Amino acid sequence: MSFERIREKLNILADAAKYDVSCSSSGSKRANKNGGLGNSSGMGICHSYTEDGRCISLLKVLLTNYCIFDCAYCVTRKSNDIKRAAFKIQEVVDLTISFYRRNYIEGLFLSSGIFKSPDYTMERLVAVARQLRLKENFNGYIHLKSIPGASDELMYEAGLYADRLSVNIEIPTISGLQLLAPDKRHEDFTKPMLKVKNEIVRHRAEKKVIRSTPTYAPAGQSTQMIVGATGESDKDIMYAATHYYSEYRMKRVYYSGYVPVAEDSRLPSIGSQVPMLRENRLYQTDWLLRFYGFDVRELLNKQHPNLDMEVDPKLGWALRNLHHFPVDINTADKRLLARVPGIGMQSVHRILKARQYRQLSWEHLKKIGIALNRAQYFIVCNSRHWQRKDLEPETLKGLIIKNSQGKFRQHYSSQLRLFN
Amino acid sequence: METAKILIYDGSFNGFLTTVFKAFEERLQIADIQSNAICQNGLFSETETVFTQMDKAKRVWNGIQAKSNVAIKNIYFSYLSGQRGIELILYRYIRKLFAKMPTSTSDFSDSLVLKISQLAKSVGREKHRMEAFVRFQLTQDGIYFANIEPDFDVLPLISKHFRSRYADQEWIIYDVKRKYGLYYNLKSVEIISLDLQEVYGNSIRKNDTFSGEEYAYQDLWNDYFKSTHIKSRINRKLHTQHVPKRYWKYLSEKKQAV
Repeated sequence: MSFERIREKLNILADAAKYDVSCSSSGSKRANKNGGLGNSSGMGICHSYTEDGRCISLLKVLLTNYCIFDCAYCVTRKSNDIKRAAFKIQEVVDLTISFYRRNYIEGLFLSSGIFKSPDYTMERLVAVARQLRLKENFNGYIHLKSIPGASDELMYEAGLYADRLSVNIEIPTISGLQLLAPDKRHEDFTKPMLKVKNEIVRHRAEKKVIRSTPTYAPAGQSTQMIVGATGESDKDIMYAATHYYSEYRMKRVYYSGYVPVAEDSRLPSIGSQVPMLRENRLYQTDWLLRFYGFDVRELLNKQHPNLDMEVDPKLGWALRNLHHFPVDINTADKRLLARVPGIGMQSVHRILKARQYRQLSWEHLKKIGIALNRAQYFIVCNSRHWQRKDLEPETLKGLIIKNSQGKFRQHYSSQLRLFN
Repeated sequence: METAKILIYDGSFNGFLTTVFKAFEERLQIADIQSNAICQNGLFSETETVFTQMDKAKRVWNGIQAKSNVAIKNIYFSYLSGQRGIELILYRYIRKLFAKMPTSTSDFSDSLVLKISQLAKSVGREKHRMEAFVRFQLTQDGIYFANIEPDFDVLPLISKHFRSRYADQEWIIYDVKRKYGLYYNLKSVEIISLDLQEVYGNSIRKNDTFSGEEYAYQDLWNDYFKSTHIKSRINRKLHTQHVPKRYWKYLSEKKQAV
């Protein structure tokens, strides 16, 4: 194989694939079969990190960046004047195996521009996965993109080889989709999603009766939404995400701050700031919904359609609902502990365990590792000292912001610096 | 009053467990437990050398495991941290587990329990890092070879991971700091020690030891690493937080940076 040609292709096709956020390699259970190559043990491994701090755990490439569609937000859109390239199936297989053997990656993330037709493209993606699994006896992680509009038969076969399947919904609102990707219909996205979901449910049920039922997409499916390309509110995004979590049983919804890639009157111009803080707040909200027992309507509703950029969503909620506080650390139940700003789920578990042995005081809480700079205003514990509780929400917020540091502080601080 | 004793053992984990057995059996006053590599006499205590006995070590291991699986894991992991004086801390921890009113491994308000669990956690973190940061290079003889230099002695912990993952290739992972390594011969893992002429990091200079293709793949990987950055989101601080600089010299993708 000619390394020079491969190198050129890899540069083009990896560059185009980097806007896909998902790089998780966890959640699958695939043992090493018959002395073959690789396994995926359930916990993901990040083998390296990019200079923007994102994890590299999979070889993330496009099969090709030729595309028949012209979606405004996408680098590989038809009308964009860029270098095009396409991998042969064997080339992707060889690259994956050689990288994997050197412990560079956990597996393959294969996406593609759409050439000829959705089915033609999907067929190629499935062929790569098939060859890796059947011919190379590769048991590492495979993440395949479901191509919008692909047929049910192909989606079925894809799930037999892949650990995870995903369709990127990209634009959270249907009106936004019409504006930016007029060739695509909303149904094209949801159809493969629905098929995959139904197959996962069916295989799980059958597996309980017949143990030899093949696994189907054991790491589930995920999707991704672009943030800040159209004028959508945080409420639109999170309500859409909740919809995908409940209706399609998504394992993950990813939020990707829009990186301007083209000059287009419908989109933010090139050089405008990537909304990283907003992305961060959305992920925090996502976590609150999935692990902390919050309902999306508590965090975002008609009165509050957007998240507060200055404080995290849990603190924002607490400031609006001061009547729930203070919470007694030594007696409160798990659900309530999880709602205290500055206490994460790990700390909740530690508190629950530790308080079986003795009454906890500030000293203990500090050692356990909770963020007292926020939590102290919302809790009482085994101590005669506690914070005054008759503070107004605004005063409290100011006090907390004053006594804490945030990595995004410079983005929203309206206060001018006195020095430098 | 009986004088407190310093027990000297051979520096192996089983040796340490034998020492614990002896201390319990003879109800000794323990001043310290030291490895024979770094022992130091105390002024007011006498020393005694303990010889490793597998059956006794096994009994201690089983005894602790019967108490709690978390405890045995924490003890083994924090032992591997190799921290100075860890033996005595672990001995006190084991005493607590077997006391009349036993301390639970989840009582994080007890400072000893918290310390052991945190130490075990940082060893666990290093183990996970090594599973990620090992970079094999293919030698002329068809063996995938990697040098590592972890903060803690994690080789015994990562052996199983690599054995079950790379079942169809021969590999060596060699700890340069502790001068021993693991060799997988397609059937089982052996402990080896090598007389290495040099440390094989991510040098730009090509070495005859490795196959020619090896460097082509390293270039591909380097290129891939470079093309995954999104320029407008660069965050070097986060990058070095995830990939601390002390590991860079063994990571082929950081060739240029070192």
